[in-house]
Amino acid sequence: MKASLSMCAGVLGLAIGYAHAGTGADSYNLVEKGRYLATLGDCTACHTLPGKPLFSGGVVLDTPFGKLLGANITPDPVHGIGRWSFEDFQNVMSKGHSPGDKRLYGAMPFTAYTKVSREDNQALWAYLQTVDPSDNAVETNQLPFPFNVRASLIGWNLLNFTQGEYQPDPQKSAQWNRGAYLVQGLGHCGTCHTPKNLTGGDKNGQFLQGANLQGWVAPDLTANNHSGIGSWRPEDIVQYLKTGANRFDVASGPMAEEVEHSSQHWQDEDLMAVAVYLKDFANPAEVPKPLAANDPTMKAGQAIYADRCSACHISKGQGVEGLFPTLANAPLVNNADASSMIRVVLSGSRAGATDAAPTAPAMPSFGWNLSDDNVAAVVTYVRNSWGNAAAPVTSSEVKNLREQLQVK
Amino acid sequence: MAKKLPSTDVVVVGLGWAGSIIANELADTGLNIIGFERGPWRDTARDFNVASAADELRYNRRQELMLRTRQNTCTMRNNASETALPLRSWGSFHPGNGTGGAGNHWAGIAFRFQPHEFRLHSYLTERYGKELPAELTLQDWGTDWEEMEPHYAAFDRLAGVSGKAGNIKGTLIDGGNPFEGPRSAEYPNPPTLQTYAPTLFAEAARNFGYKPFPVPSALVSQPYTNSLGVKMGPCTYCGFCTNYGCANYSKASAITTVLPALIRKPNFKAVTNAEVLKVVMDSTGTKATGVIYADANGEQFEQPAELVVVAAFIFENVRLMLLSGVGTPYDPVTNTGTTGRNYAYQTANNVRLFFDDKNFNPFIGGGAIGMGIDEFNNDNFDHSGLGFMGGGSTRVTPIGAAPIDSRPMPPGSPTWGKGWKQATVKNYLSSMSIGCEASSYSVRANYLSLDPTYSDPHGRPLLRITFDFPDNDRKMAKYCIGKVAEIAKSMNPREIVVSSQQGHWDSRPYQSSHIVGGFIMGANPGTSSVNKHLQVWGVPNLFVVGSSAFPQNPGYNPTGTVCALAFKAADAIRSRYLKRPGEMIPV
Repeated sequence: MKASLSMCAGVLGLAIGYAHAGTGADSYNLVEKGRYLATLGDCTACHTLPGKPLFSGGVVLDTPFGKLLGANITPDPVHGIGRWSFEDFQNVMSKGHSPGDKRLYGAMPFTAYTKVSREDNQALWAYLQTVDPSDNAVETNQLPFPFNVRASLIGWNLLNFTQGEYQPDPQKSAQWNRGAYLVQGLGHCGTCHTPKNLTGGDKNGQFLQGANLQGWVAPDLTANNHSGIGSWRPEDIVQYLKTGANRFDVASGPMAEEVEHSSQHWQDEDLMAVAVYLKDFANPAEVPKPLAANDPTMKAGQAIYADRCSACHISKGQGVEGLFPTLANAPLVNNADASSMIRVVLSGSRAGATDAAPTAPAMPSFGWNLSDDNVAAVVTYVRNSWGNAAAPVTSSEVKNLREQLQVK
Repeated sequence: MAKKLPSTDVVVVGLGWAGSIIANELADTGLNIIGFERGPWRDTARDFNVASAADELRYNRRQELMLRTRQNTCTMRNNASETALPLRSWGSFHPGNGTGGAGNHWAGIAFRFQPHEFRLHSYLTERYGKELPAELTLQDWGTDWEEMEPHYAAFDRLAGVSGKAGNIKGTLIDGGNPFEGPRSAEYPNPPTLQTYAPTLFAEAARNFGYKPFPVPSALVSQPYTNSLGVKMGPCTYCGFCTNYGCANYSKASAITTVLPALIRKPNFKAVTNAEVLKVVMDSTGTKATGVIYADANGEQFEQPAELVVVAAFIFENVRLMLLSGVGTPYDPVTNTGTTGRNYAYQTANNVRLFFDDKNFNPFIGGGAIGMGIDEFNNDNFDHSGLGFMGGGSTRVTPIGAAPIDSRPMPPGSPTWGKGWKQATVKNYLSSMSIGCEASSYSVRANYLSLDPTYSDPHGRPLLRITFDFPDNDRKMAKYCIGKVAEIAKSMNPREIVVSSQQGHWDSRPYQSSHIVGGFIMGANPGTSSVNKHLQVWGVPNLFVVGSSAFPQNPGYNPTGTVCALAFKAADAIRSRYLKRPGEMIPV
């Protein structure tokens, strides 16, 4: 009860803050808050191309249905959102409608942003007004027919979208509620980490249980002890999000970008709130039986591991903290979907660099000197050694991903 | 005509060890800094990965990390009566190129110099008086151990140097090097475990009463987070260190320890593939106003700056000073002038041992992992009556044995065909070597100057090296290697082959990249170019940092001291120069 009272007080305080801002009296605090919220939301991931003006759009999102581009959301009146009102922006965030009642595709994660409070949207809006206008023209909808017909989104929304701000759970602490608000709302973690249905909407019954997108596995974020992050302490989660690395793992792929752009800049108390919320996500593990060590594929994989992998990941998958991920008892290794593992073996991957962990080490590409059979064997070996247990990987899975990634 | 760019606070020439350290230290003051590097940007993740770094053909034979001689080289001659010719491929030494510089492909041996080194001339004169050979032009450094030690310690923490202290604050410690100067603290990391050959050598040395110690190594022995928050991984003994970049984040270099942190600082900018052509001086010749550089298209720019730090490889440090008219060129006939003075090298010697009953697995190793003794180094033994000064660091550091070049076989073995293959098989696993990396003392006739004939693609004269090994150093080499051979024989090999530096300097076979002098430090502006803060005498806003500042070379590898001098210069700039720009030591 205490918790929800203090939250109310917080909201009230913000509302007063905005009233001042409306007259220009407190725009500084409001803009600063909005800047932080834009970082929490990682707006730049989709709305800023590297080296281009902030929020001038043009980042390509490859969806299963075709290409969508992040819009220009600078205050340019022609190519940006300079003619919008706050209510237009509020509608985008809470309903997925932009002016002219144009429905947005779910690639703009309004299914998550609908949870964002109106007050936070006001701060975000105030901040977006301060960005330099850019006249970069972006055609956001590059989907093929029939997906390019926005009317189809009426049905999509019916299936996949529940509008409404986050409602605090009075049974839980203020910290937990803050974490839930961030994970479900601006953090839009589910956009990558929740499995998708056939229409590309979230399977909300499997919230944060892991998904595959663009050839990467977004891991299971539940407290599942086998393939989730049940074995991570809250401090481990905070360190991972803050620095891109912890004693188990190093962020790579799209998560490395997320850490670089967004979570390394989150306040520690927000990161801890996220950790507390995620750790509360019980999801009992069904642990498969590992392959026998004398299985021929396992023997082959063991030999390849010794030659190619053990220099960095150490003989029993221990890894080196902050440089080379631990492979023993590792959630991502145990994921039913081995795509990320196959992918980094084939084409390598570079960790993100953060102020706290500037090294940015890389996994090299072995696509040029390991065959499909070799990769399948070594990944299968890792997935069934040192406490890991997961389905074996076949050569054809490697072959398919190799073709998809165009690894020579 | 060079296009003039907006001015900045500091330019740093060269982003190897010295330049990166100084740029990083100065960036913390908030000054705007531009670092120029003639080669490409290099980083571990992109350039040196474990799947492709161990490529002997690419990195050793084809010298991928070295400067291309078409871009810049030197000419060489043994004495002033000869006409110098340009080096068209690197042999004797390996200048680096790209961020990290020669520090990318070093072995990682991270010795500190001994306290007496910094006042070598005074020290030897006091001890031996007239016995000091007349040909030597040894000089004091103008600094001392107390001033140097904190900067060595800073480098140890940056590079994660692994070793065992032999002397902490004057207390001698068993297992470390009893001859080292008093350290303020133990090494940041423990020594790496030793392989078989160094272990055998240490046993043999101990039987003679010598005190073997683990060679200080910048290949870290365990996971390490350095003083800038950059992570390093434990050395895996892969054996690809010298001439290679490290793929395991184990070997300290500017790219594994400094640049990942430096490049994130908003007030620092790296300009790569940009060759600095000269330091621009004002009309009085007492102030540097910036640098002129050429980009990859050959287009020239002038970058004005308040402070200019030249921290390239020794050759380019000295050449830039000669090209920019800084200091008076050294004249060996009149023994006047300072720019180009006291050029020296390193005297490389070794004993190779061939056994019948040993297997050293020589492919397991690291450039700095080994055991050494210092009983015959520098002035650690009495030189009375010996007729020479100096000595060498004796050690076994099996560096790996890559398949193309590692063919140890005794003299008389067939040089091709079946017999050669059989000799390879017979000796590859069962041979080891004891090295003696010895001092190189300066003499009047060895110096650096501009070549009158050959020039680079920008039309600038090449640097001319005039060098030969002095009698002093040859005598020293013979004496020291004799001592090493005694240890070798006691190990009961089938055969030993003793090589010491005799005869003339030959620029073709690799010896070491430990080249020093030419723009030396000291207390006297008449005989030195920079003061003890690495500030150019008479040009207070110009600093020249590197092994170019060493007045002679002791029997140790230079990198630790180059880096300590970089910290020292940065500290002087931060704590003194920026508060009161001007000569830090009145002339």
